[in-house]
Parts: sequence; C-alpha cells; structure tokens
Amino acid sequence: MDQNSEQVRAAAMTEIEAAETPEAVQALSIRYLGRKGVVTQLLRAVAQLPAETRPEAGRQANTVKQQIEAACRQALSRLENAAAEQVARIDVSLPGRPLAPGTLHPITQITQRICDIFTRMGFEVVEGPEVESDYYNFEALNIPKNHPARDMQDTFYVSDDVVLRTHTSPTQPRVMEQRQPPVRIIAPGKVYRCDSDLTHTPMFHQVEGLLVDEKVSFGDLKGTLTAFIHQMFDAQTKLRFRPSFFPFTEPSAEVDMQCVMCRGNGCRVCSQTGWLEILGAGMVHPAVLENVHYDTARYTGFAFGMGVERIAMLKYGIDDIRKYFENDIRFLGQF
Amino acid sequence: MKVSLSWLNDYVTVAMGVDALAHQLTMAGLEVEGVEDRYDYLDTVVVGRISAITPHPNADKLRLCQVQIGGDTLPVVCGAPNAAEGMLAPLALPGSHLPDGTIVAEGAIRGRRSAGMLCSAGELGLGDDRSGLMALAADLKPGTPLNKALGLSDAVLEISITPNRPDCLSIIGIAREVAGFQADTLRRAAIALPAARGRIDKLTSVIIEAPDHCPRYAARLLDEITVGPSPFWLQDRLQSVGLRPINNIVDITNFILMETGQPLHAFDFDHLEEQRIVVRTAHPGERFTTLDGKERQLTPEMLMICDGRKPVAVGGVMGGLNSEIEANTTRVLIESAYFNPASIRKTAKLLGLKTEASHRFERGVDPHGTCYALDRAAQLMTELGSGRLIDGCIDVTHDLPAPATLTLSVAATNRVLGTDLDGETMGRLLQSIEFQVTGPQNETLTVSAPTFRVDVSRPEDLMEEVARRAGYDQIPVTFPAIPPDTRPIPPLVAQRRRIRQLLVGMGFAEIITYSFIGADADRRLRLPEGDPRCRQLAILNPLTEDQAVMRTSLVPGLLETMRHNLARQSRHLKLFEIGKIFISRGNDAQPLESDMLAGLWTGNRTRMGWHTKPEPCDFFDLKGAVEGLLAGLHVTPVRFTQLADDQCAYTCAGATAKILVDGQPIGLIGQLHPQVADTCNLRQTAFIFEMDLPALLQHIPADLKSLPLPRFPATTRDATLIVDKALESGRILDAVQTMNEALVEGVQLFDLFEGRPIPEGRKSLSLRIVYRSPDATLEDGAVNQLHKTITDHLVSRFKADLPV
Repeated sequence: MDQNSEQVRAAAMTEIEAAETPEAVQALSIRYLGRKGVVTQLLRAVAQLPAETRPEAGRQANTVKQQIEAACRQALSRLENAAAEQVARIDVSLPGRPLAPGTLHPITQITQRICDIFTRMGFEVVEGPEVESDYYNFEALNIPKNHPARDMQDTFYVSDDVVLRTHTSPTQPRVMEQRQPPVRIIAPGKVYRCDSDLTHTPMFHQVEGLLVDEKVSFGDLKGTLTAFIHQMFDAQTKLRFRPSFFPFTEPSAEVDMQCVMCRGNGCRVCSQTGWLEILGAGMVHPAVLENVHYDTARYTGFAFGMGVERIAMLKYGIDDIRKYFENDIRFLGQF
Repeated sequence: MKVSLSWLNDYVTVAMGVDALAHQLTMAGLEVEGVEDRYDYLDTVVVGRISAITPHPNADKLRLCQVQIGGDTLPVVCGAPNAAEGMLAPLALPGSHLPDGTIVAEGAIRGRRSAGMLCSAGELGLGDDRSGLMALAADLKPGTPLNKALGLSDAVLEISITPNRPDCLSIIGIAREVAGFQADTLRRAAIALPAARGRIDKLTSVIIEAPDHCPRYAARLLDEITVGPSPFWLQDRLQSVGLRPINNIVDITNFILMETGQPLHAFDFDHLEEQRIVVRTAHPGERFTTLDGKERQLTPEMLMICDGRKPVAVGGVMGGLNSEIEANTTRVLIESAYFNPASIRKTAKLLGLKTEASHRFERGVDPHGTCYALDRAAQLMTELGSGRLIDGCIDVTHDLPAPATLTLSVAATNRVLGTDLDGETMGRLLQSIEFQVTGPQNETLTVSAPTFRVDVSRPEDLMEEVARRAGYDQIPVTFPAIPPDTRPIPPLVAQRRRIRQLLVGMGFAEIITYSFIGADADRRLRLPEGDPRCRQLAILNPLTEDQAVMRTSLVPGLLETMRHNLARQSRHLKLFEIGKIFISRGNDAQPLESDMLAGLWTGNRTRMGWHTKPEPCDFFDLKGAVEGLLAGLHVTPVRFTQLADDQCAYTCAGATAKILVDGQPIGLIGQLHPQVADTCNLRQTAFIFEMDLPALLQHIPADLKSLPLPRFPATTRDATLIVDKALESGRILDAVQTMNEALVEGVQLFDLFEGRPIPEGRKSLSLRIVYRSPDATLEDGAVNQLHKTITDHLVSRFKADLPV
C-alpha cells in the first residue's frame, strides 16, 4: 500500500479508537471523510497520478475510506452501549402505576362457560321474560292449577295469572311455539322462588336446555350431559342418572355428579354420599309437545335445567349462596 | 317419609344391607335422604348392676342405689318397687333423650346425688311395663350400651317421595318397590272380619251431595268399643316412623294410613246428629272448629263431611273437635273415602292446613283401595278395642277413575330410551311392579296399570317404568346428530358480552343485585309523579319489605351495593350491572321488561401509590369510561348535552348529561343528588350512568369497514380563544367540524384555563386542529390561510378574543 494512505489509515484508526464521546467520533468522521477531509483529499489526489498507478492508488484510497467508515460506526455503537450502561439503576420492585382490570361476576363467568360449552355443541342461546304468565310457567309445562307439583316450587305471585318465573323452562314452549323442529336451545336467566335461608336466595340463575328433533333418545340426553359435565369439571367426573319427577318430562331424571371435593369418597359437601345433585333432566313430556302442536309421533326431545349458583359454588368452593348478591367487592375481586 | 326396616319386613323380606337398600331405592327414584337407627338413643343407656340399696333419708318411696357400670359405680336415686340388690337394669346416663321426651340430667333428688336414671321398659319405649325397672338378663355385661346388649337395631329411612308417586307414601308402597327389584312377592295382611251383628243400613246412611269432590265414600260401624292405650306393638310401629300414639282407635287409623296410604277417619258415632253422613260443600259463611282447636271460616269450594245438621270434618283434611274420639266413646263410624285430588288441594291451601291425609288425597290415593283399608281397620278395632262390628259396609261411589289400559310399542319405547330391549323383557319389568301385561303381540304390549298407580296415563309413563326397572344406568350413552347451526347469536347476547369485557377492562366490577326492591325506591330516587319508573309491579307475597316490588331502575341496586361496601371499608368503587327493569302495565299483565346497563364510580380515581397523590374521581372520569365503552363498541357520533334542570331528579342538575348517539338519546350520566345519597345513607358522592341497552345496540355497527391509511403527513395548528365562561366547549369543537373543511382531519381541546390574566367571566380554550390532504403534502401557506379562516369564524361566532 501507498505509504501516505497507510499513514492516514493508521492515524485515523488510533484516534477513533481513543474517542470518548459520540461527538468526538462525529468530529473525526468529518475530519477524515468530510468534504475537505483527509481521505477525500487522498481520493482527489488519485486523479493527478499517472494512468498506470491510478487504478491501484484509487482502490487503496477507497479501501481506507471504507475501513474508516466502519471504524466510526463501530465506535459509535460501542459508545452508545456504554451510555446505556450508565442509566441510573431504578428500584424495579416499586409497584407499577396501576391499570387494574375489573371483574366479571362469578355467576356471569359460569353462565358464559355453560353457554359456551353448549353453543359449541350446536345449541343456540335464547332468553325469555322474567315476569311470566301462569300459562308458560306452569300450564304449558303440564303443571295444571291445583296440582301438587306446584308445591315443588314456591312461587312469587303478581296476580293469579302472572308470576315471577320459577324456572327457565317457560322458554321451552315459548320457543317451540315460534318454530318447527329441530330445536336446540339453551336459555340462561334469572328465576325466582319464595324461599330464603342458608342455602336458598329468592332470586337465582338457571340454564335451561332443550333439544327436539326426530330420533332423540334418553341415551342422547345422557351423552350430551356427560359431555357437558366433562367439559365443565373434568373428564374423570362420573355421572349418575336416577329416576325423578318433573311434570314436563317423562321419563325424568335427577343427575348426580361424583363429588368434586372428595372424588366420591364422601365428605361434608356431599353429605357423605359421594354424589352431588347437579341437574334435572328428562325426555320432553308429550303433553308439552302437544301444547305447541308438535307431531309427537315424529318428534321426541330432551330437556334439562341446572342451577348456576350451585355449579359456581362447586367450581370456586363458595360456601354461602348469599354472597353472590351482597356484591362485596372483596368477594367479587376473587374471580 | 319415614320407613322403618322392621315394619318394611312385615311385607317383604329385605334381603340386603341397609346401605344397599338405600342405594337401590334411590336408583329406583325413591331418594333416600338419610338413614338413622331408631335405637341410637340407647347409646347412652347402659346395663347397670345394682350392687347396694339403702333407704333415702328424706323420702319414704325413694331408695339410694349403687349402680355398677363396668369399672365405675354411680349413686342413683330410684323409686321403683322392684329394685333389688344384684339386679341388672337399664341406667340412662346424663344427657340421654328418652322416647317420652325426658332428658336425663345429673342432679340431686331430695338432697341426694343421682348420676342417672334407672328405667322401666315403658320409659325406654321398649315395652308397656311402667310398673318397675326393666329386668335385664343376668349374663349381660354391666356398662354395655343397651342397644348393643339387647341387639336392638332398626334402621329408619327418610325417603323423599316425588309428587307423582302417592302410592309410595305407605309402607306397603315401598315394600312393593323393594319386592320389584328383589324379584320377590309382596305380603299383604289378609282380611278376616269377625262375626258381625245388626245391619249398618238400619243405623246410618251416607249421602254424597258433591260427587265431583267426593267420588267414593265408604263407612263401617262398630259398637261396644273401649277406648284406651294401644298395645305396645302398635305404639312401637307408629313411633318407629315418628308418629305419637294417642289411643287405640286413632292409632289404628294412623297405622292403616301409614301401612296402606289410605287416610281414614274415626267419628264418635254418638256425636253425629241424626246419625248419618252427608258429604257436601260448605255453606257461605259457615264456621267450623278443627281438631287442632282452631275455628275456621269456610268457603263454598270446601268439601265438608257433615252429619244430619252440621259439619263434622273438613273432608280429606282434618276432623272436627265436635266428633272426635274421646275416652268414653263406645260407637265408632270409620270413614274411608276417595276425594278429588284438586278439590282437597284447594281446600288445604285455602285453610293453610297440611296434614298426612291431605298430603295423600291431593296426590291421589288408590280409588280401589278404599275398602281394604276400611276392613282392615274394622278388624283391628274389634281385636284391639274390644269393639263389635255392625254387619255391612256402606260404599257410595260415583264415576271412579278407571285404571289406565295402554298400548305400548316396543319400538317406540326403544327409540325414546335409546335401548334395545325385547318385548318380553319389558313385560317382565312391568309385571314386577304389578302392572298387568298381555303380549307382546305384533311388537306391542297391552298394559293395565294397577289402580294405585294414579300417575300412569300415557305410554311414556310406561316407558319410564321400563327404564326405571331396567335401571337408568343400563341405558347406553349416545350423542344426538346435530347439524351445524346457521342462526347468528342474538345481538343482545353477543353485545352484552362485549360490553362486559370493555367495562371490566376499564376497571369496573360487575355486580348482580336482586330484581326486587323496596316500594319506597321511587321516593328515595325523588322520582316525580308520572315518571314511568313509578309504575312499580308489586309482588303479592314478598319475603320482606325491601323486596316488595320489581325494580324500575338499576340505580337502587348500585346504591345499595355502594352502601354495603362503604360499611365494610371499601370506599373506592367502580361498579356496573346489566339487568332488566320492569315497568308495570297492571298486575294482570306482564310488565314491560327492558334490558339496562348502569354503572357507578365513587371514591378515588386511582389507588393510593408512590407515584400519584390519590384524588377523588369526578364527572369526567366516568364520562371518559362511557366514551371509552362507546368507542370500543364503535358507536358514533356521540354527544353529551346538559340535561334540563328538572329531567333527572336523582342527579345534580348542574352535573348531568344526556348521552346522545346520532342525535338519539341512549342514557344519561351525572353526579348523584346529595339528598338521594342521604336517604341511602351514603356519606360520599358518586357518579352514575345508565343506558338503555336496546337503544345502544341499534347504534353498534354490525360490520366494520377498513379505511386506507393516509399517504401524506398531517400538519397541526393551535388556536387559543378567550370566550364567555358559560359557553360549552363542545359547541366550539362542533363548530369546527360543521364547517366541513375537507382538509380538517380532527380537532382536539388541549387546554382550559380560567383566572388571571384571563378576565373575570371569561375562560381560555386551546384547540389543536389537524390538517391533512389525501393527495399531497400540505404547503405551510395554504394551511396558515385555512387556519386563519377557521379562527376568524370562531372568533366572530363566539365573540371570542385572541390572547394578547
């Protein structure tokens, strides 16, 4: 290499290496590479050289220019890193400025989970009025006036013919009146019963389910509810169907789930039985189908209903049903 | 219903342990809610050996016994004449509860300590004898609990009977089910009526004037009755299921009731005027005193059993004081009837009376079981009450319900159940619980239900019986064939979920409060007369005063929740609720139900921390949340306008705004009125908002459209205007927008200042206007000119000054 070029290169490298601030590097960059810079002058001088040495000298000068440019970039990045190291240490354990999210009521959370599981199976969410006519709450569901089955539910009355719905079941006839099978619905909502003690609140939540189609069997009901419980709790949870009575289903079943607390060994929660009542269900009573003018020879269906508070109690280990409606922020904040 | 194993064994030999029996009954639809041993009370009654007896210094008839129980010897004061040294007798230790209600306590009797009570068989409910101590066999070990020593054990099952199974409200009914799943036969006591004399129809008569209420009334007559205590076995049976013995005649009717499920009533025949029975409905205004001593006002829908002149019983519900069996009764008329279930239920409800009889009649007793129960009672009364039977039985019937005969398709049954059972199997299962079956023929069974199965009227009822007897657990688990649903999720359901997510994201906690509130809620909210929210729907039978009407606003629930939390030291609250309100259209109609959203913010804006000084939240905090919610829902354009002073009585007139979307009102936001806070016992202010969900939903776009991003840079210019203090800043922003300048992309208010050097009554507002062209980078000169045009317009329109 030409001696002059090499001297320039070596001097520049030493100075750049020694620079202590980005500004110093910047100044060196200008001194060597600027319009009047040393390297720029070197490059200009190449033009004066004889033709035979010109290409080689030009190539060398260019190499020097590139090396100095690279050295400047490196020095700048070295100095910036060093500067970052010097940012004052902060107390990272100080609490952050809060952006605290709120909370969804546990009943809403469980209702949404139930609805999500069933909508995934192809059920549609519908709703109905909370103040209901005697007809839809009772008569259409095969519960005539002066029938002892009315004792199963303590009713709030508004008048002889208007009640606070005692269950979400009135959505069954309401929907079936409006459309032909197949009907696959779930109906979440508030229900009311004239009962208040340690285990009852006068208002609570249910989710109703109804499937009416050709060839729907009790076996299908077992399958659907088993799938639901397995998704809601876990796939190891055992289910037990036993005969029961609801005026609007025949055959009717009470569905017990293996106790989630003791895994069926018996504990306080399940009264030592190992089982928890979780659902009422059955095949839709033909009288209910007749009331909505369905062809009972062609269509069968199943229906089920569950209490959201109870499922939430089991999921979250809530011990007192009244907590749901006291809305103590310290309780709500747990979910 | 309580069922004791010992009584059950009279009709079927239970061939399994109690736990297995309870399980089998539960799985047959007769849910066993609990099992207890009726001799558990003998756990604290032990075998005692009287080792020494000395006279009681202060009482002639009492003696002091030293009673040895295992290692210990206890002093016991005893008055029994047969107490003797060396005798083994039951000693009830302190804390024992005896069947007659006695609770044994340690104490002093006439000055001498007594550490227990030596008992007779009668006192322990183990026999009749109350004359002296119950002598125990000499080989029993002192100290052993008596139930273990004597091998006394009798499980009592508490069974929950569903309303469709009145046939199981009896020991025989339960035994029949047990016989069914044990493949055994039911043993019923055979009737052997004693020799009778006279003729009943010469002595009395029965007239049914209300056959709709009473399709069947049967009666038998006995004389020469001696009323007295029942023998031990009968008392023991009644006590085993929790009934209290009264006298032999009443006990027999109760025994038959529990055994067969057929309620009976025994009248003192000599108290029946004209010595006859008339079954009729009550006369208007008639009054009657029932056996419980209460005088009752009767109404014409109530069925009464009367003698020739007056009511003597409320049919199927309760007898009357005027004809009850007394110690000197000698002639007894036994009633066994079938009453219309709905009639009995109505009467029992109207009278507020619920008895063992009404419970069964309103569910339906066996219309053909009337005479079996009557004859069995008559037989027992002659045996136990030394009575003599008058020959003959009166049995008046009118149109009794006929037993159902049904055709059951094997294929339909399998289709509904999802099973693969053959006709023979189905027939066998039904026969095991006394259904009569012919066939299968052509894949159908002809089935007659037994008369006690009043619940069976359709083939589906038989399908349930087949499933029940086969076992629900034997039905295979299958899945319905469900094609995909093409119906969209209802907007209310979908959007409610988004609203909840947005509000939770902004730090609000969702609450759920009762839909019923106190009737004074409208007054507490200071609602003016005529406000639709004063149209409350009242509940006829509320549990409490503060749950008497359906809510017409979500605000009371929010305020009550705030009060509840303030009282528990939670002072900083951001709450919301989504739920229905109910506007009455009269009590005979369903109310208008509207879905509402409401929220509340009270306390500090931020939590206490090292970075910020906590400051109380204000109107604009909540407004920001509402704006955030609406922006998150892509609802636009949104405006807030001052509400006229008298439009919302529960917020402060000066700090309340109507929320408008596209010019249409969807709700309001404001500061809680101090008077409302005061009546709700709230010591701090709150900001609330309310929205009508359907009104809001209308403005949520179903689909969003993507817009191209700008290709050229924006440029901004600021303008500061000094305007009248009362001028709403929104009007200035609106004025910029309504100029519709194509190059104005947006306008923001970034500073508000009042006070010196701004003159009194004026305020300074600083706006930043963003200019952008979709086609080019804007030239400074063009922007300046446009900005000046806009500023000049604002100055002249709002009489504004520019800063010096």
